[in-house]
Order: sequence, then structure tokens, then C-alpha cells
Amino acid sequence: MKEVAAMRNREETTRTVKPMSEYLSPLVRDIPPSGIRKFFDLVSGNKDIISLGVGEPDFTTPWQFREACVYSLERGKTSYTPNAGDYELREAIAEYLNRSFSVSYEPRNEVLVTVGGSEAIDLALRALITPGDEVLIPEPCYISYSPITFIGGGVPVGIETFARDKFKLTAESLKAKITPRSKVLVLNYPSNPTGGIMTREDWEPICRLVEEHDLIVISDEIYAELTYGSRHVSFAAMPGMKDRTILVSGFSKAFAMTGWRMGYACGHPELIAAMLKIHQYTVMCAPAMGQVAALEALRNGMEEKDRMVESYNRRRRLIVKGFRDIGLPCHEPEGAFYAFPSIASTGLTSEEFAHRLLAEARVAAVPGNVFGLGGEGFIRCSYATSVNQLTEALERIGTFLAKIRPV
Amino acid sequence: MDELKLKILDLLKEDSRRTVELIATMLDVTEEQVARAISDLEAEKVIVKYATVVNWSKVDEEKVTALIEVQITPERGHGFDAIAERIYLFPEVKSVYLMSGAYDLLVEVEGRNLKEVASFVSNKLSPLDRVLSTKTNFILKKYKQDGIIFEDHEEDHRMMISP
Repeated sequence: MKEVAAMRNREETTRTVKPMSEYLSPLVRDIPPSGIRKFFDLVSGNKDIISLGVGEPDFTTPWQFREACVYSLERGKTSYTPNAGDYELREAIAEYLNRSFSVSYEPRNEVLVTVGGSEAIDLALRALITPGDEVLIPEPCYISYSPITFIGGGVPVGIETFARDKFKLTAESLKAKITPRSKVLVLNYPSNPTGGIMTREDWEPICRLVEEHDLIVISDEIYAELTYGSRHVSFAAMPGMKDRTILVSGFSKAFAMTGWRMGYACGHPELIAAMLKIHQYTVMCAPAMGQVAALEALRNGMEEKDRMVESYNRRRRLIVKGFRDIGLPCHEPEGAFYAFPSIASTGLTSEEFAHRLLAEARVAAVPGNVFGLGGEGFIRCSYATSVNQLTEALERIGTFLAKIRPV
Repeated sequence: MDELKLKILDLLKEDSRRTVELIATMLDVTEEQVARAISDLEAEKVIVKYATVVNWSKVDEEKVTALIEVQITPERGHGFDAIAERIYLFPEVKSVYLMSGAYDLLVEVEGRNLKEVASFVSNKLSPLDRVLSTKTNFILKKYKQDGIIFEDHEEDHRMMISP
């Protein structure tokens, strides 16, 4: 009996032949593990830590938006919406973009409501990439552009940006990376993780290159509202750029709605139609209840939004001055809610610095190298946390620096 | 009022212990500007007092608060002000508001227990000339005061690290 059982076992084991990884698509298997994920595992479970590593607002979604959603649930609004999103919401998005950033889109066929800005980025890249196409990505940048390009069979081409340029994309560095295979340029200004922005003057030479080399642009403007001291300039609003730009944005950052996963993409009807094709087969439509809250945000939430932006701005000044005072050079971040100070003077790598800061000073900040080229030597610190926590964190970092710096 | 003063008030209302230096940094102005604005606000009695919001239910000390609706006959030449003054000068009275609607003054009274408040109403408030009637409402529980929620539910639920 025992022998029979053992034989069966052997048979079963021989049937599960290869290691599972060999069944996986190499495109997925070979994506390098996310550095931010590694750091997350290190931090989670730790107590008494002040985290400057959070990439989301510290405000709860304003009650008014939540209440609108609760009310819609009470009335039983629980069915699918049109694939592209509730028409009223698309209209409100178009109207809002026009009013705020002077770009006009036709809600009928130029606006697509997505599951967060993240889905919009995925759809845009998948709709555009033919295997082998090169996708130009200014770095340091948000961590998803390269992996998604890779899954689509594209070739991510990083363009390093520098603190001395306030992490702006310059025409020279873009031009140096353009090849005959270049097809897409991904932009993310205001930038996560650097807080860098692009002004009209900064955009102009970029526009010329985009035109000259016939590139399509995916402009992730999720932090548009979080621009301090000037008005955000949408890449799509630059002369001649609207038709070759897919504008991606969403409600997460400006309206404190991260968990709702409400985003959108706007662009040329043919591009949006292609993205809609993928969207309808993968998710059908963005969650109906989220769309209700998003509509409320656009209709009646501007005051709340302005209040939150002003609050970030105050904390931004606090953290930038704080870093400079303790001797960490920090370029002026004019957007988003991140400061990106240089830790090069300590002689440590970003990872060493972040790990030791966590262990010895109980402060979590994301090592800059996880954001790609040009991120080494920096740490990303979110200031979307309370003033008291920021003050305390700066104090702890200051003490830590005094300890590790040679006298 | 100028914008800077409003912003300073906003920051001090959130936390009155904020220093001039911190406020100056957060508003991108000089410390002198902030110090001057604050002393102006204090001189003008715009800033009346720097107080602490206490959740007394967490303190082992008996304390009851009542909101008393008071109807009065206004006094010729003085309107409601004279009678309001006679009421607010009592130390038991924490606040007095002139109201539109069904009654005239809303009086907040604090005492160690029900009896103490009741005796204030019957011995001091009701006998006043021009007080026509009172209606005493005891506060059972404070959920929110001065924009601050007393229940401990506003924790940070965010993940420690996110992209």
C-alpha cells in the first residue's frame, strides 16, 4: 500500500514538472523587483516611525464627496456606467480642464474615465507600443512607466534630469536620446519624486523636438493642481501639441481620493477609441460609486481643493527650509508634495542613508535610486503629513546627520 | 483685514503654540512681519486669548454644561446689551450669544453638577428683571468642539510607504 501511495506521489510530482517561473511570460517575469516594494517590506511592522514615504494626501476625502457617494448607494446606483464613464462626469472633466488649464476636449469621444491615473497610463502605453518601440522617460520618475512599457514589448529609454536644472527636462538631454525607433515620450510634471515643474518657456523647445521627431506624448499631470507660485501649464495646451498628447490625470492627489481609483485620459478621438477598446474588455467601466464622488468633487469641491493645496504649500516651505537648515541641499520643489534633498554630502548611498535613517532615527524616506536615473544621492520625502510630525522628523534627521558626519 | 493676518489666524487657530519662526517659514514672510501682525491682532483684541481645548470627559472631574435659552424684554436705549452684560458677568457663565429665532440669548453655563447649574438658574438667572423665561438644556456628550473631533477616530490609515 505504502509503495502504491509513494508511486502516486511520484507521479504527481513528475506531473508538475518545470519551476513555475518558466510558465510565466518573460515580459512579466523579467521585470526587476520594485525598489519601493523592498523598502516597504522593511518599514512595515515598525512602530514609532515617522513616515515621509507616503505618496498620498494626508487628508481624508472631503465628507461632501463621500456623502454624495453614500447617497447614491442608498438610491441604488450600483449598475455599470457607459464604458467611457458617466457622461455627466466626462462633461464635468472637460469643462474643468478647459477652465483650469485652457485645453478643450469633447466629452463624447475625447474623454475616458479610468481606474485611477494608473490605468490610463497602462492603456495609453499599450495602445501605442509596437514591440521594439522606444519610450522616452525623463527620470527620476514615478515607478510604473518603465515596467508597463516593458510588458508591452517596448524599450524604456531613461533620460536623466538633474537637481541643477531643478529636475526639468531639457531639450539637449531629450535630443540626445531620440533615435529613429523613438515613438512615445512620457512626461510627469509636476514630478513625483522631485517636485520639479515645467513652465511655458521650458516646454517650448521640447515641443519643437516632439514635432520634429513625430513623437506621441503621454503627459501624466496628476499633480497639476499642486503647483505652487505659478499656474500649471498643461503640455496639451502648448500650440500644436493637443493632437499628439494623451493627457492623463485623476482625482487622487488634488481631491484626496487615492483609494477611490478615479482617473481619466483625454486625447485625440482615435487614440481614446483605441484605449477604450482595451478598457472595455478589461474593466468595463470605472466603479460607478467613485464616479459619483468624482463628479461631486468637480462640481462643488474646488474650495476644499484650494484649502488643501494651501496647506501643502505651507508645509512645503517648512520642509525645504528645514532640510537646508540642517545642511541637506534641497532644490525648491514647485509642485506635487515631495521634497527631494541631496544626501550626497554624507558619503552614503541613497539606500544606505534610508536604511540607517530608519533604523537609527526612526524616520522613513524613500531612497532616490528607486526612481531611476539621477535618483541616486537623493531621498524622497513627502510633506503630506502633519506639521508636528514634519518638525519632529526634521529634528530626528538633524540629530542623525550630526551623528554620522565626521566632525 | 489683510491676507497675511488671516493666514496667521488660520495657523494659530490650528495650534496656538506655533512659534513666530515656524509661521514665518510656512507663509514665506519674515519673522518681523509675523511678530508685528500678531501684536497688532492682540492689541486690536482680534486675538483675545490663547486657550486650550480640553476633552473634560477624559478628566476625572465632575463637570456639567448647560445651554440655556433665555427670553428677555429688551431695555429701552440699551437693547439687549445691558441685560446680556448682567448675565455674562457671572463667573459660571462661559458664553453668551444673542440669537435670532424663538429666544433671545443663548447662555452656556458650567457647574460641578446638575444641582449647581439648577441653582444658578433659579437663584441668579431667572430672578433678573427682564428675564421672561428660561429653558435649560444639559449637554450629554461633546462630539466636536471648535472644529476638533473628540472621538479618537482620525488616525492615519495610510500605508507607511507608497509610490
